[in-house]
Amino acid sequence: MTATDLNLAKYQTDRLFQRKRLFGFGIPAVIAVYFVYIFFAFDLPGLAQRANMDNAVTLASDSWSYKVHVTRDNRTGVVEYAVEGERKGRYPQGQRPDWVTGDEILTVDLGAGHIVRYLPDNRTEVEIPGFPMIAAQAEGRTVNTNLPDDLPDWISASSRRVGITTPEGRITLTGARTEVFNYFPGWELFWFTLDSPYHGQGLTTILFGAQIDPARGNISGALSDWWNNAMWRHKDVAWAIGETILMAFLGTMGAAIIALPLAFLAAKRFSPIMLVRAATRRLFDFVRGVDALIWTVVLARAFGPGPLTGALAILITDTGTFGKIFSESLENVDQKQIEGVASTGAKPLQRYRFGVIPQVVPVLLAQILYFLESNTRSATIIGAITGGGIGLMLTQAIQTQKDWEEVAYYITLIIAMVMFMDWFSGWLRGKLIGGKE
Amino acid sequence: MADISLSGTPHSVDSIQASYMAQVQRRRLYGGLTLLIFVVLMVSGFNIADDRNAGGFWEGLHQIGDYPADVVSEAWEKRADLPALIAKFFPALVETINIAAVSTLIGAMGGLFLSLLGTRGLAKWPRLIPVFRRISDVMRAVPEIVIALVLIFVLGGGPVPAMIAIAIHTAGALGKMFSEVAENADLKPVEGLASTGASWSQRMLLGVLPQVAPNYVSYTLLRFEVNIRASAILGFVGAGGLGYELRNAMAWGPGRFDEAAAIFILLFGTIVFFDQVSSRYRNRLTEGQAQ
Repeated sequence: MTATDLNLAKYQTDRLFQRKRLFGFGIPAVIAVYFVYIFFAFDLPGLAQRANMDNAVTLASDSWSYKVHVTRDNRTGVVEYAVEGERKGRYPQGQRPDWVTGDEILTVDLGAGHIVRYLPDNRTEVEIPGFPMIAAQAEGRTVNTNLPDDLPDWISASSRRVGITTPEGRITLTGARTEVFNYFPGWELFWFTLDSPYHGQGLTTILFGAQIDPARGNISGALSDWWNNAMWRHKDVAWAIGETILMAFLGTMGAAIIALPLAFLAAKRFSPIMLVRAATRRLFDFVRGVDALIWTVVLARAFGPGPLTGALAILITDTGTFGKIFSESLENVDQKQIEGVASTGAKPLQRYRFGVIPQVVPVLLAQILYFLESNTRSATIIGAITGGGIGLMLTQAIQTQKDWEEVAYYITLIIAMVMFMDWFSGWLRGKLIGGKE
Repeated sequence: MADISLSGTPHSVDSIQASYMAQVQRRRLYGGLTLLIFVVLMVSGFNIADDRNAGGFWEGLHQIGDYPADVVSEAWEKRADLPALIAKFFPALVETINIAAVSTLIGAMGGLFLSLLGTRGLAKWPRLIPVFRRISDVMRAVPEIVIALVLIFVLGGGPVPAMIAIAIHTAGALGKMFSEVAENADLKPVEGLASTGASWSQRMLLGVLPQVAPNYVSYTLLRFEVNIRASAILGFVGAGGLGYELRNAMAWGPGRFDEAAAIFILLFGTIVFFDQVSSRYRNRLTEGQAQ
């Protein structure tokens, strides 16, 4: 080998390395520049101001805890106890939590020495360890207190409203109302609401204990009270999940049924007329390109909100996708099997049935089942727009901005539902096609 | 034994035929039953969905063209304004595409780590493989809208919640697809690199990534297509971009149909454009690999 050859090889290698280096550093650099652009385009520096950390704290603490409101109406003097302050969670007449004692003077024990007393004449006393006792009285629309001017940051006070936030609970005083919120971990009333006789009973008592409600058997009564729980709405949630899965099922299967014959029209093998082929393909491209969002919007105008609209939106979009996939796999079928069937004198339809379908079915089934799982997710999202299924319940719960425990519950259920459908479609694929792909 | 089978030949043909017919009949029965169950499920499912829908299917069917017709006719009347409207909504379109692009990039990086850490033979901590797989399963299972809505509450409306939500889902989805590819990667380069004392990241960067890059890029492009649609949908629930403009235009109803039409055109054009571009590149990537 001569020196020139070596030099040439060296030169070429250098060039190669230079090019590689350019790519190796260039692509990350382009991505980095793009991220910088996005950083300013999405106004990330301003995000800190827009972000509401109080909301984040509420969300984080509310999703795994609940609060019991003790509310005194300062006009009538009536005291009410309610979980989350909701009518559905109100304690029945004559019942109250055991951390509230006294008749004339109500003593609310928040724990760790934090005590609130509701005194007659709309007076309130708040005892907090390490802080002088706070006395307040509601008069008309104002609140008079003995609070000093210099307040710690966990107390906010004006003549109209006093708010005290402690680790044990929250107290708000206004002219109209005196409220104490006591926080507890867990999802209260998940099984039974307070008006159910089964509330507070253990599982063994319900299953094996004496009859609790004279009118009903224990198990059926408990099941029906749980199913009709007004706070957590288990019945509605179950229906909503059913609706979401139904949307996915109807949409996917309907799309497959419509797309299969159309795919024959779009496949070169089976559709000799160019015009028909091109038209079918453009149709597939069109319904796919319009996208589920626009179909949902258009269909909701005709059919109104509900699961049918969602199912149809999925159906139309996926007809395009399936049509494309199916026609591609039809192009790839083996001609030999069709010829074999044809040699027995089979008519065209029989040739398709016995020569083509058995070849493509495994591919099509795998695709359909994969889409069934992915459409469960889409159905949740479309449900939020078109008003059906668990997606709608989730959006509603988020829009109230206070039922975060329900939001957490729905999110858990949605994830479980999608994972179940993932597992189920995989299982079905294994059963129908056999073996692992 | 031999004479039994010889003398039994005519008999056994009959029995073979009978058992074959029985088998065929059983298969037909099962096939028919499956079909029947499927038809029953479809019909009853359709009826349930129809019942629970605000408007019925048959009453709504003839109205299906009404809304598009209204939109098209109004847009046609004001067709002179259409280019101006398209220009007006172009920034929203850019935002939608940006959301999709950034979340695809971030998601692909996340998916890359999840897949490498969750694949046998490549994982840095082999014991944590199930952990990373479950993480990617859960991330994949969360619909984008769930995270987006929660984040909108905390961070306020805008592109960032949508970006994070789509990125999380993308990381999970790509994590699974990537790890299926990585499982088939040849381990010899990795071992070779290990013998030279290369660190884990060097082994992955130099030993695994060059093998799997075409497939990874192809999957990422496919995800990008999906994410453009997702980002438009999330806009509809308040995350900015074209979807948000569409909802506003829809809320106005008649009189603003020209805006809705402009948005429809933009969205449709964008989706078709990126579908075509990405499928061309994906074909090139996978074909290049086959050669």
